Amino acid sequence: MDPDPKKSKVLTSNLPNSNGSSHPHSPFPDEVLEKVLSLIDSHKDRNSVSLVCKDWYNAERWTRSNLFIGNCYSVSPEIVARRFTKIKSVTLKGKPRFSDFNMLPRDWGANVHSWMVTFAKAYPFLEELRLKRMRVSDQSMELLAKSFPHFRALSLSSCDGFTDDGLKAITTHCGNLTELDIQDSVTADIGGGWLSCFPENFSSLEILNFSSLSSEVSFEALERLVSRCRSLRVLKVNDIITLDQLQRLLVHAPLLTELGTGSFLQELTPRQYEDIESAFGNCKNLRVLSGLWDATSFYIPVLYGACSGLTFLNMSDTVLQSGELAKLLAHCPNLRRLWVTDSVGDKGLEAVGSSCPLLEELRVFPADPYDLDHRHGVTELGFLAVSRGCRKLRYVLYFCRRMTNAAVVTIVQNCPDFTHFRLCIMNPRQPDYLTNEPMDEAFGAVAKTCTKLQRLSVSGLLTDTTFEYIGKYAKNLETLSVAFAGSSDRGMQCVLEGCPKLRKLEIRDCPFGNAALLSGLKKYEMMRSLWMSACNLTMKGCRLLAREMPRLNVEVIKDEGSDEIQADKVYVYRSVAGPRQDAPPIVLTL
Amino acid sequence: MEFVNLKATELRLGLPGRDETEEQSSSCAKNNKRSSSEMESSSEHQESGAPPPKAQVVGWPPVRSYRKNVLQQQKKPESDGSGMFVKVSMDGAPYLRKIDLKCYKNYFDLLKALENMFKCTIGVYSEREGYNGSEYAPTYEDKDGDWMLVGDVPWDMFITSCKRLRIMKGSEAKGLGCL
Repeated sequence: MDPDPKKSKVLTSNLPNSNGSSHPHSPFPDEVLEKVLSLIDSHKDRNSVSLVCKDWYNAERWTRSNLFIGNCYSVSPEIVARRFTKIKSVTLKGKPRFSDFNMLPRDWGANVHSWMVTFAKAYPFLEELRLKRMRVSDQSMELLAKSFPHFRALSLSSCDGFTDDGLKAITTHCGNLTELDIQDSVTADIGGGWLSCFPENFSSLEILNFSSLSSEVSFEALERLVSRCRSLRVLKVNDIITLDQLQRLLVHAPLLTELGTGSFLQELTPRQYEDIESAFGNCKNLRVLSGLWDATSFYIPVLYGACSGLTFLNMSDTVLQSGELAKLLAHCPNLRRLWVTDSVGDKGLEAVGSSCPLLEELRVFPADPYDLDHRHGVTELGFLAVSRGCRKLRYVLYFCRRMTNAAVVTIVQNCPDFTHFRLCIMNPRQPDYLTNEPMDEAFGAVAKTCTKLQRLSVSGLLTDTTFEYIGKYAKNLETLSVAFAGSSDRGMQCVLEGCPKLRKLEIRDCPFGNAALLSGLKKYEMMRSLWMSACNLTMKGCRLLAREMPRLNVEVIKDEGSDEIQADKVYVYRSVAGPRQDAPPIVLTL
Repeated sequence: MEFVNLKATELRLGLPGRDETEEQSSSCAKNNKRSSSEMESSSEHQESGAPPPKAQVVGWPPVRSYRKNVLQQQKKPESDGSGMFVKVSMDGAPYLRKIDLKCYKNYFDLLKALENMFKCTIGVYSEREGYNGSEYAPTYEDKDGDWMLVGDVPWDMFITSCKRLRIMKGSEAKGLGCL
């Protein structure tokens, strides 16, 4: 093994049988230690390793190749580049999650450019970049495209700021690209020229996802691309692509494991219908299916031939009725994950309960989130039905308009293995609809029964009792989302004092004030971040926090028309990089 | 299936957290069962135990913006052709919208609805000048894939040939207006 010039060390030993180690008491030569450490992938393990001693810290940092930064403002690009020298893959996350719901100003920050500039200098061998909730300009994309000759994989989740020009730079210059995955990214109508910029001899693509872009791509270019990329296994197109166009793509790529269809609504001739049916029938390797915009009962059956191996079915962009869902599920015996809209109703969820014994994850989205009429959607009955039939359930996201304590208690008795329990009763502060009591007992049961619970979102009418339960029982809880809940500071205090593994706490519209905020003084440095909006915080309380805890960044966004005393939106996070320099004027750093 | 008042699903381009009073827009409201006054009720927080507030609260329910009101998008071919949905984009806006052209009787209604939806001024069309002088100009893509200025052809011809709309910045649309 050639010694790394960066770690020129004097190899001495006081022991008679020198083993080449620089530290006389270390049993391993550095090369062995590094070889062993290079096998460790988990960044949590690596962080632990780096704390053992100086030698291990160094050995770890020289062998780390995957960088994970959960909050881009917790550290600076310079610090990262100094510590790690051999990075090949970066995951970087930016804005707080509530930005997904329009709660942050558009120019809040999380711009990737300063990172890109540093990476271009420090990590010329960079191969992968995965960004979440970051702003990515065309300029950054151009820098990316030109700086890393070995670049293979770009994944943008919930990002914005780029246009056709930025993507064109990527597709034109990244000759070794295997992955271009753009999920949930909000961006203006950007045009589809980028797809046509893949060179004619380019054939390395394995993953292509542009389902959330509104680009009008050239179908001819797409078809040529798909036919020459023989290793393509993931293809998710947007709703510009029609059914018969999809059929032609499937003919070129029958080995796909993941497919996102385009629009599923088109007047097809009987011959075309047969063709698409047979194309799906030939997709023997399909595990994941999504898209299906505007799918109706007439066209859904064309899918049946591709469903036997499906493990993840995402119908959340389709308004499906219960009968249609039931018929479809009958063809999907291996389903582990299912996303639907609440148009399927409780009856549809009964079908889920009876057809999907292997189900681990269920997400039910509201087809019409602002419908104040309680006639549509799902209720506690649907959730109960699923819990009776799907005992392996561990992840649920459930939007509903009514719920009872008794139902939730039964649900978690049926399914005690929940790791993620996100229940959204859509009317704020709604009580148990049968007893009119708060929903405290429901979430108490979740906290008590689901010992593996990592993530919890609560809703409905809740008193401090809920948070006492959470603090007392939810010992593995890492992420908690709270809205329109609690009675006093005590609620938040219980959580801060009780949940040892808490990393992310996001709160909106709760009666928690400065006392609650300050009770977590010591805790926030052990967490990634805290978000509190529309609570009872004041500037004074926030300033006190900032003063007491210099290693926390305390940022306040004031609403228009708010007075000088209130702190409307507060974002607190630990950082070794100090206050950020790129905050827009509306964000006050205390 | 009934459609709810589109006003309820309107995205705001103002700062988040603002408590704006809702104005009545001329956008499509096929559903008559809900009066506009209900939508104008204040969003003040109420005491626990009281009936929950009925007006829309920013960022609630916590559904991603791109995950639009799926009901609105659904086209129903089996009905009498109800629904002529086209996408509408505006330069600089992060999200597209969809509107049903059949909800409008004429260009005036359509432009007023667009102005409300995107909080912009489009101004008045003239055959000679297009929308010159306005901050924004409405354009559309027709069946042949060409980008046309909204207003040149009779309304009925427009709605059958319009595939999608784009509200361009006035400076860029000058070329179209001067033809």
